[in-house]
Amino acid sequence: MTVVEIRNPGLGSARGRIWRSLLRSPLGLTGGVMLAIVMVLGLIAPLIAPYGPAEVHFDAPFQAPGTIGYILGTDDLGRDIFSRMLFGIQVSLQVGFLSVLLAVAVGTPLGLLAGYWRGLDGIISRLTDVTLAFPFLIIAVGLSAISGPSLTNAAIALGIAQIPTMIRVVRGETLRIRETDFVLGAKTMDASGVRIIFSHILPNAVSAIIVQATVIMPVAVIGEALLSFLGLGIQPPTPSLGIMLSDAQQYISRAPTAAIFPGLAIVLICLGFNLFGDALRDALDPTNASRK
Amino acid sequence: MSLPTADAPALLSVRGLEVTFGENPEPVLHSVSFDIRPGERVAIVGQSGSGKSTIIGSILRLLPGDGHITGGSILLDGEDLSRASEQRMRSIRGRRIALVPQDPASNLNPSMRVGAQIADALAASGSRSKAEIDRRVLELMTEAGIPEAERRAKQYPHEFSGGMRQRVLIAIALSREPELLIADEPTSALDVTVQRQILNHLQTLVDAHGTSLLFITHDLGVAADRTDRIIVMSEGRIVEVGTPAEILLSPQEEYTKRLVAAAPTAVAAVRVASASSAVKPGPILEVSHLVKEFKIRGQRGSILKAVDDVSFSVERGTTTAIVGESGSGKTTVARIILGLESATSGTALVDGEGITSSRGRQRRALRRRVQPVFQDPYGSLDPTYSIEKLIDEPLRIFKVGDRRSRQERVAELLDQVALPRTVAQRRPNELSGGQRQRVAIARALALHPELLICDEAVSALDVLVQEQILTLLADLQTELGLSYLFITHDLAVVRQIAHNVVVMKRGRVMEQGATNTVFESPSSDYTRELLSAIPGASLVG
Amino acid sequence: MLNYLATRLWQSIVTLILASMVVFFGVRQLPGDPALAMAGEEATPERLAAIREQLGLNESIITQYVKFVGNMVRGDFGQSTRTGAQVTDLVAATLPVTLWLSAYAIVVAVIVGVLLGVIAERFRGRWPEWMANALALIGLSVPNFWLGILAILYLAVAFGLFPASGYVPISRDPFQGIYHLTLPAIILGTSLAAVIMRQTRASMIETMKTDFVRTARAKGLSRPRVLFRYGLRNSLIVVVTIIGLQLGGLISGAVVTERIFALPGFGKLTLDAVFTRDYPVIQAVVLLITVGYILINLAVDILYSVINPRIRVGGKS
Repeated sequence: MTVVEIRNPGLGSARGRIWRSLLRSPLGLTGGVMLAIVMVLGLIAPLIAPYGPAEVHFDAPFQAPGTIGYILGTDDLGRDIFSRMLFGIQVSLQVGFLSVLLAVAVGTPLGLLAGYWRGLDGIISRLTDVTLAFPFLIIAVGLSAISGPSLTNAAIALGIAQIPTMIRVVRGETLRIRETDFVLGAKTMDASGVRIIFSHILPNAVSAIIVQATVIMPVAVIGEALLSFLGLGIQPPTPSLGIMLSDAQQYISRAPTAAIFPGLAIVLICLGFNLFGDALRDALDPTNASRK
Repeated sequence: MSLPTADAPALLSVRGLEVTFGENPEPVLHSVSFDIRPGERVAIVGQSGSGKSTIIGSILRLLPGDGHITGGSILLDGEDLSRASEQRMRSIRGRRIALVPQDPASNLNPSMRVGAQIADALAASGSRSKAEIDRRVLELMTEAGIPEAERRAKQYPHEFSGGMRQRVLIAIALSREPELLIADEPTSALDVTVQRQILNHLQTLVDAHGTSLLFITHDLGVAADRTDRIIVMSEGRIVEVGTPAEILLSPQEEYTKRLVAAAPTAVAAVRVASASSAVKPGPILEVSHLVKEFKIRGQRGSILKAVDDVSFSVERGTTTAIVGESGSGKTTVARIILGLESATSGTALVDGEGITSSRGRQRRALRRRVQPVFQDPYGSLDPTYSIEKLIDEPLRIFKVGDRRSRQERVAELLDQVALPRTVAQRRPNELSGGQRQRVAIARALALHPELLICDEAVSALDVLVQEQILTLLADLQTELGLSYLFITHDLAVVRQIAHNVVVMKRGRVMEQGATNTVFESPSSDYTRELLSAIPGASLVG
Repeated sequence: MLNYLATRLWQSIVTLILASMVVFFGVRQLPGDPALAMAGEEATPERLAAIREQLGLNESIITQYVKFVGNMVRGDFGQSTRTGAQVTDLVAATLPVTLWLSAYAIVVAVIVGVLLGVIAERFRGRWPEWMANALALIGLSVPNFWLGILAILYLAVAFGLFPASGYVPISRDPFQGIYHLTLPAIILGTSLAAVIMRQTRASMIETMKTDFVRTARAKGLSRPRVLFRYGLRNSLIVVVTIIGLQLGGLISGAVVTERIFALPGFGKLTLDAVFTRDYPVIQAVVLLITVGYILINLAVDILYSVINPRIRVGGKS
């Protein structure tokens, strides 16, 4: 019997292909660079910030950007905007990652269960509907009314609000994958539901989960800023980009730059995640891969 | 019917056509040239990837994505379409050259009434009144063989069967009485009996209007039955041109010879394995009085009998085929035998034991002896697994051997299905369809099963690859004494591989017996109809 | 069709009941004694007991829940603990502002989003698509309240194009009312427009690649006609569901938009209630938003089933 020859050799692994496709996309690369900058800034904020986030300089309020010692200027209390921004970025990312973690940790198992065992689908769908009926602001209002506004409560409120979409994504993937022949094949060998979920469905759903996480992240970062802006999120003296904007709004005509820089920081974070997420989605899309 | 004379001027004349996609320097069409004369019917035969669909895209100037014509000309009555403006093309599409597309399921707008979609085509000429268009829509639908045109024109595509949708598409294509009709595999998505009706109807209409026909197909038999001239294509080049008789009976090129040999109907090369003497006689699978009912959703109390009192058996070391069209219940039977579905009543016993009725260890032991091979080689292999992990998954699930011995078994299995051992670390998306199906077979063989349930196992493959896989299955049967239950809609495949055949229709067995007996003297009308619908019969039979 | 509607209605009722339970038991988790809050710190134990009796706090939790639902259905939301005003009156005074603002924002977002989405598809790979994509990305990445602050600073204060704040009821003076709401509606609609644009673009690109679009072009139809009759029609079906899903974000956005433009709407009522711990108002606000959300989504689903023939006739989606 002749051995069948393998044509296109050296196509490389799927992972390698995804990375190459990501690196080839200029927008994805831009997003990746933005994220790298933002994350490094957030991580090393305490090392590079010239001042503490709440350090006031009553002798130097409303300094213009470019002033020696205060590169982006100061606010009404003479706090260094650059330093506060660095710590604000750190807090934004913390809240963002916490809420993504919550949405993934709760949404993934529920989505798998709802998609795989149809009996649970109805119950989980109703729970999703109920959660969707409470906008994140309302959840935050409730949480802060019960135990006071805080970073954790903001992250929880934002995370809970994103659980339904995560369930929806994972459930959709599960429904699709459970109908494939390779799952049927595993069933004919009496593989247990748990085994099928962990060895077939979850690995194939991972890319959709990651893409959804990059969608949630900017929503959560903006959500945190919004809650803090309204006084329902982070509480002073913890710095937050939202609080900086809320403060700046009071003396906006006197020092507009105090409102501009924190806003730009939020845009930088969100743009980074959105660009990177889009490129990742394209790279993971099998219909794109086959064209190359 | 008079054949067009050879010296008549060509209606469409393609010269040195070259098409490329994107930045890729390698063209997908290499200097393709052919003519179609008025009233002539020409077939382009080729497998997927041969470039036959690209030719249609070029003529209509509707190439997908970033494809563009990089050389040659397409002359319609002397006018070069390859250089025509979009404006100009619009006045040619539908009016002078019309298209009957391949898949009736996806070619109609799902959110638009059927009548409006036909009217749209008529309105494109712009010179008719609304009332006139409405009248003509009904006329066209009736002509295309759609009963109750007035009522059905107001329906949406999802309310039509596949065959009826294809008739709508034919009505659209003929609406403006084009000079050239391009039919792109117009029936390959339909059942064989419906296929024949539609093709007959299309042919009648084309003949009546004196329209030229360019018929694109992968099926040499259909091409031979329906056209005056056949163009064989492979990898973007024209391999051979000739009349159906020339191509089928005395092919000149090596590729055409292979294609003809593989074409299941033209020459019935029987590959049925001779029963191995090592196998003890007796049935491995006995199905008796099997019934499966489904409740129809949304309609309280109504029940669909998907499988209705089906009985048959598979002898050890032989192949039994279940043949039927979609909706015949053949796949449900396979799913019940595999234990993926439970029967409403009746039994499916493997060596005297039923999978659904057994429990625990006994059930697991039974599972090992029956393994599936599914239709779609793309869907049946988990894309996140390596080939090695795919083949040894059954061994791991059943906790057979240790790492070392499993590795050895994978290598042995790869040898058996004639794949190089080096593929073990590859992933399924790096392999071709035929190679994947070999992996699927290796995986099914991992546990030394006695019975393979092959559900349309070769239908998704091109005809040459199909032949290779069927040969492999026959070889494995002789070598390992395997028994096969082969689920298929393709009678030609049945003839090639099966010792016995069960013909099903709407859940019931119409006829069963030895393949030769059934094929040569069918006892039911339905089987006779199926057999006469096989394309290519006219030349061989 | 009827089957589908019945199922959908039943689901909405279940969701409504569950949501009302969440609100009811959530409010019971709030710190502080409602009787104490009503009577004030100086109240005598007798007075407290009387108020408890009056509020029904001594009855079983199930009786309390049933009474709560009964009151809500009758539109009796109790009194504000801060001002003593009937909550129903407060809601009636503020709700129209928010409804007008949100409706205006949705209209703006749909027009802008769909238009940009169609432009992006029509000019694939050329500069209009890049512009439309960039706008959508910015819309998604920019917090709308920051945009609002900048808009007030530069459009309203510096150039006087729009009023920076203030509200004129549309019922009193439609022109002035709409004029005052224009900037807030644009700001509120930004991110929704971005989401709609991306969805429209994606589904247009998908649709224009389908076989039936190629077949339509093979009929000899012009590209714009194919774009609108075949492409957009199928894409709009998806856009309708997007609006339903984005409603939660829109409500949160409305609260902060009202704050920035000093609009006397539902958002202001909510925030004031939160900061003064005015529990009856919080309870009413949360419940109304939730009920509103569920009802609007029900309406969206019904609309969806009307424009999608596959649901309209068949049973399955």
